[in-house]
Amino acid sequence: MRLTFTVNGRQQEADDVWEGESLLYVLRERMGLPGSKNACEQGECGSCTVRLDGVPVCACLVAAGQVQDREVVTVEGLADYARQRAEGGCGTGACGTSLDDAKRWQSKPADGRTGEAGAFPQQLSAIQRAFIDAGAVQCGFCTPGLLVAADELLERNASPSDEDIREALSGNLCRCTGYEKILDAVRLAAARTEEAV
Amino acid sequence: MREFGYQRVFDVPGAVALLGTDPEARFLGGGTNLVDLMKAGVERPALLVDVTELPLGRIEATADGGLRIGATVTNSDLAADPQVRRHYPALAQAVLAGASGQLRNMATIGGNLLQRTRCGYFADLTKPCNKRVPGSGCPAIEGEHHNHAILGASEHCVAVHPSDMGVALTAFDAVVSYETADGPGELPLAEFYLPVGDTPHLETALPSGALITGITLPPNPVAAVSRYRKVRERASYAFAIGSIAAALDVRDGLVREVRLAFGAVASRPWRAREAERLLTGGPASAEAFAAAADAELAAAETLPHNAYKVTLMRNLVVAVLTELTEEATR
Repeated sequence: MRLTFTVNGRQQEADDVWEGESLLYVLRERMGLPGSKNACEQGECGSCTVRLDGVPVCACLVAAGQVQDREVVTVEGLADYARQRAEGGCGTGACGTSLDDAKRWQSKPADGRTGEAGAFPQQLSAIQRAFIDAGAVQCGFCTPGLLVAADELLERNASPSDEDIREALSGNLCRCTGYEKILDAVRLAAARTEEAV
Repeated sequence: MREFGYQRVFDVPGAVALLGTDPEARFLGGGTNLVDLMKAGVERPALLVDVTELPLGRIEATADGGLRIGATVTNSDLAADPQVRRHYPALAQAVLAGASGQLRNMATIGGNLLQRTRCGYFADLTKPCNKRVPGSGCPAIEGEHHNHAILGASEHCVAVHPSDMGVALTAFDAVVSYETADGPGELPLAEFYLPVGDTPHLETALPSGALITGITLPPNPVAAVSRYRKVRERASYAFAIGSIAAALDVRDGLVREVRLAFGAVASRPWRAREAERLLTGGPASAEAFAAAADAELAAAETLPHNAYKVTLMRNLVVAVLTELTEEATR
């Protein structure tokens, strides 16, 4: 089939797609977007979490045929998605993250000698900045899924309790951090948002 | 995974007709269980008929004061619905106690009823399993069975039904609606799951090719004071090792009406009718709750590693009914 769907705010097409292949496969292998990670492939670990029509889902359990004409946001488009949300939507119609930009997307660390941050802080969403600042990233494999899930939590609950955070992120497994720094990061992002209001 | 076809359907008759033409076709809801089983090779459909675009996604009050829940309503939307939370709080609690946010966002209530057991032998193609391959045997009885059934099982299968939602629906006398090529039908949830017997591979009384279209909850004033309590091996995102849905109406220290259902103890959500019968009209005391639980659990048949469930369920009955008594008399 020819698959047409929206990825990170831009319409994309892929040809010769088998309807039964997973959305995760389409994103990683056909679109060249490796941010969503492929781990358990059975909806257990959450490392492939993306937003499908706004709600977080495990991309490994979604068939390609199911995303026809629907909207997907991956971690590569998260910063732009968060910015649009803050600005109240896409007024110009030229929003979203192009596939080329998404493929090249990377978080450049601060300059090692000067300590100056590069251009990247402006390109990160609040939750991404908080993960870096709180030291919530170790090996990084679970991070994209956690970012998408945590961003959605803060979207619907700006001041989550620790219990809220634990429950909302229970579908995202991390084998490195012990979760404490991840909880710190979500608390930090929530606190910064409250300060800014 | 076997290669399969995929087709979206947009009307119920079309969905039923499409499935009827292909004995190897399956309906696809959220896919959170079916797709897993396909990856494991337990399910090998030739065609998936995606029912999530069918006009079955609404939750509506019925004329008599009950609730009609469409089959494609997601678990997340069911748990968030104001009518559900107000009139059937245990149902919302049960749904939220299951799976993770990502899975609840996809999973549908029709699929929830039809999900398969999480018995490890069922999903392991290298092992015998009477549910997967009739007549091949049940290694759980001699093997890993700490989370297996204590009620209603047989020598052929001791697997439990994993649904949390189904436990609350069972307590509230839910009725399942379905559509077949010959027209619509209904099944009370109490008759929906078949006894295990020597046919554990036959799980529901749904006619072949039937599509679940919705669930109807009759008006249940007692359900407004209800609770779901789930015991699991970690705080979130795990299947129950024992759970209870309970509703209670207490006046002047006497039980006027009570609903009790157990999860993770049988091949289906277990309505504790004997306990309900003993409690109705009697004192709302911890002693009475314990005696009723004991009577219900007298039929329990345990295996070496799941006998703890009898004590667990007894304690859950006493704890939750005591809490509901306090809530009702506050």
